[in-house]
Amino acid sequence: MKETASQTAGPYVHIGCVPSVAGLEMYRGQDLGAKMLSPDVTGERITLHGVIHDGSGAPVTDAMIEIWQADAEGRFDNPAFLGWGRQATDAQTGAFRFDTILPGPVTQDDGTRHAPHILMWIVARGINLGLMTRVYFDDGPDPVLDQVPAARRQTLIAQRDGPKLRFDVHLQGAQETVFFDV
Amino acid sequence: MTIRPRDHTHQPPALTPAYRSSQLRAPSHKPLRYAPSRTEATGPTFGHDLIGPTDHDLIINYARPGETAMGERIIVHGVLRDEDARPVPNALIEVWQANAGGRYRHKKDGYLAPLDPNFGGCGRMLTDGEGRFSFRTIRPGPYPWPNGGNDWRPAHIHFSIFGAAFAQRLITQMYFEGDPHIALCPIVQTIPDPGAIDRLTARLDMAHSVPMDIRAYRFDLVLRGRDQTLFENRMEGA
Ligand SMILES: [Fe+2]
Repeated sequence: MKETASQTAGPYVHIGCVPSVAGLEMYRGQDLGAKMLSPDVTGERITLHGVIHDGSGAPVTDAMIEIWQADAEGRFDNPAFLGWGRQATDAQTGAFRFDTILPGPVTQDDGTRHAPHILMWIVARGINLGLMTRVYFDDGPDPVLDQVPAARRQTLIAQRDGPKLRFDVHLQGAQETVFFDV
Repeated sequence: MTIRPRDHTHQPPALTPAYRSSQLRAPSHKPLRYAPSRTEATGPTFGHDLIGPTDHDLIINYARPGETAMGERIIVHGVLRDEDARPVPNALIEVWQANAGGRYRHKKDGYLAPLDPNFGGCGRMLTDGEGRFSFRTIRPGPYPWPNGGNDWRPAHIHFSIFGAAFAQRLITQMYFEGDPHIALCPIVQTIPDPGAIDRLTARLDMAHSVPMDIRAYRFDLVLRGRDQTLFENRMEGA
């Protein structure tokens, strides 16, 4: 069988995925993935934030972003921390924000270690197939980051300011973010 | 367990100039490919306690008590599988759509057609142990959209699908058999393969229709397959 073809999420993705952003009262007012943290979660609290820009530099004000990450120990099976979050970009500014924890390094079955990273998936009007990237917190070493051409590697590294980590996304242009087909 | 590389012959490319919104939003670099790791091969799971009793019934999940949404009553049902034809159980599917007149309940949609006070336009469900899903709704209307000409979307329902792995994440749209707008739509036509478009087209399914009540449409979904084979950890396209 062949994978079902993707189609753009369109400008009204909010209705289905983050209804409160559409102005729609559904699911008892709770948008899925809006809150990643509870008091039971251990780990360093961080705010991952940024703005998505299109090829003209304009903010992308209708995107939906999901992130998927390990817990502070690099695990994906923590009952206190799902590790998944979902936010819309701001309708005026294109800004997004996730309150989460800093993930730990992830050890693979073969012993390879991936530096702490957060997987990020972006959909919006004009994006035909969801865009996947990885947010890093420093420049490695990391088996994925190390293979990205050095000139583009910085697009994958969040800029730290205390608990705030800034990660701007450029869909196109001179500062184009590295996206992955993985 | 890892994820098989995506077969792009059945997927739209990023840049599709006839769909104008892609022009400034398509990355110009080819995406880089690496061997999926634990991060890509895992993903969030959602419990049945998440889903409310009417979440999968768009005919009543926004309606006033005793009332129902306006429009042609339909059931949409199908099976979620992976490329190896294995059913994907307990997968979250979210759907959203315009009302029968082609109007979305969204603060940014100002189309002339009126809102239906009894229709919200969103629903969600988990697939069962055999990957099956089913929901009730009304058939959405076509609507015009700004793309530089006289463009109308075919009637469609948007789908968001989670698999077992985050790399299987997919958003798509379902169309209806026989709709002449399918061939005319620049968004549908971003897909280069006619067979892939055909598979996005739901078929009337009289066998699952309920006499004097509601007709059914059949729509099956396929996510990327999961492989046992490891491939070389060398980046392609770099
Ligand atoms: Fe739509």
